Amino acid sequence: MTAAGTDSAVLEPTTPVAYRVAGKRKEMGDTWTLELEPVGDQRLPGFLPGQFSMLYAFGSGEVPISVSAIAGGSGELTHTVRAVGAATGAICDARPGDQLGVRGPFGSVWPLDAAEGGDVVVVAGGIGLAPLRPAIEQLIAERDRYRAVTVLCGARSPDEMLYPSELQDWREAGIAVETTVDSATGDWEGRVGLVTKLIPLAPFQGERATAFVCGPEIMMRFVAAELRGRGIPPGRIHVSLERNMQCAVGHCGHCQLAHLFVCRDGPVFALDRVEPLLGVREL
Amino acid sequence: MRTIDQLLSEAPAFSGMSSDQLELIAGCGLNRVFEDGEYVMREGEPADVFYVLRSGRVALEVYMPGRGALTIETLDHGELLGWSWLVPPYRVAFDAKAIGTVHAIAFDGACLRGKSDQDTELGYELMKRIVPVLVERLQATRVQLLDVYGGPGPV
Ligand SMILES: Cc1cc2nc3c(=O)[nH]c(=O)nc-3n(C[C@H](O)[C@H](O)[C@H](O)COP(=O)(O)OP(=O)(O)OC[C@H]3O[C@@H](n4cnc5c(N)ncnc54)[C@H](O)[C@@H]3O)c2cc1C
Ligand code: FES
Repeated sequence: MTAAGTDSAVLEPTTPVAYRVAGKRKEMGDTWTLELEPVGDQRLPGFLPGQFSMLYAFGSGEVPISVSAIAGGSGELTHTVRAVGAATGAICDARPGDQLGVRGPFGSVWPLDAAEGGDVVVVAGGIGLAPLRPAIEQLIAERDRYRAVTVLCGARSPDEMLYPSELQDWREAGIAVETTVDSATGDWEGRVGLVTKLIPLAPFQGERATAFVCGPEIMMRFVAAELRGRGIPPGRIHVSLERNMQCAVGHCGHCQLAHLFVCRDGPVFALDRVEPLLGVREL
Repeated sequence: MRTIDQLLSEAPAFSGMSSDQLELIAGCGLNRVFEDGEYVMREGEPADVFYVLRSGRVALEVYMPGRGALTIETLDHGELLGWSWLVPPYRVAFDAKAIGTVHAIAFDGACLRGKSDQDTELGYELMKRIVPVLVERLQATRVQLLDVYGGPGPV
């Protein structure tokens, strides 16, 4: 995939580019998908699955948000944001026409090429499906490059399952999609239980599989243990980590995790690089 | 048609068990079918049966006043349903409802307890197979309590 922006060469990664909210869709209670388009001639280079931008809501703060769809060079950016605090709240409150500052693309990518020829298992927890969606779309677009492709999604409740209609589209596109929730009321007939419970049932062979995992860190720890139990080597289990960020270019040290900078060396890491660091109390 | 001991050996919890022991356990079992929506067990009733699910899905429910039935776990093919038959006061802890048609092997808990008391080797083997299932469920419940998807974000 090539960079979409024409003026990207002159852009400073520390200077936000003005984007306008072109469209907005409510995904669930506190989570919105925003479509952004450049206000002027300047646009950011193309993003790859797994990368993130720094979204700046004027007056409220700047936060890292992963790209949740790849626009194919039109200069549009898609982000799915859960309002948890000041900055994400302001971003979710933005209305069509409002402007946000955007920097990026930053960070490492889901290594889809390295998974070629093998099975792929994607495990998402909650809003963790957002950063994985571009990878899933690419797996579907290039379906014949891979063997079995499985997507496993966990959420707190059926109402909090992200992109429900896309899950169905993905099934129809020839990949296995299984979901589970922590608890359910009403007429939910799907599974209830931990997302880890889906792993023993998934149709992949550990020795030839690659895994992409995104969700709360504690979930990723349990998922990683289960995936290893099914024989996937830690070097082929990729997780996307979250740390608070400021510069996003490896200067300020805000996102430091031992010798790694999550903004520059990650956010997508092979498990063997970060496993000893997951769950470390004070970093 | 496959016999109960053959069906039982296909459940992960019982795989690899000796054929003699499988036969002994199978002597306490019989095939059952539950229709969609039918309750396999009801909270509070005597827990004298446990099930190995052959097909279909069972929802474990708790009734929450004002909210209705809350499903806290579902069980599928090959899984064990019910362990209250193991420990006094032998009362069912949750409602268990069939989602779709469920085929299961029902085991008489009192019969199994009796055989285990007589044949402690069998009882020990049975415990070695049931305890890991209980531990796995306990751990899963603990993680579920952490509310992992709603918890705090980046460090
Ligand atoms: C590489 C990367 C990619 C990310 N991608 C996305 C994305 O695609 N969509 C998205 O919505 N978020 C994403 N995040 C998380 C997002 O950056 C944070 O939610 C945001 O920084 C919170 O800032 P705030 O000012 O809104 O809240 P703050 O004021 O910083 O925090 C408010 C409260 O929310 C809690 N909190 C903070 N972050 C989270 C979180 N992630 N989940 C739950 N609780 C949290 C805090 O502990 C605090 O109690 C990503 C983070 C990283 C590092
Ligand atoms: S955010 Fe500044 S070094 Fe990573």
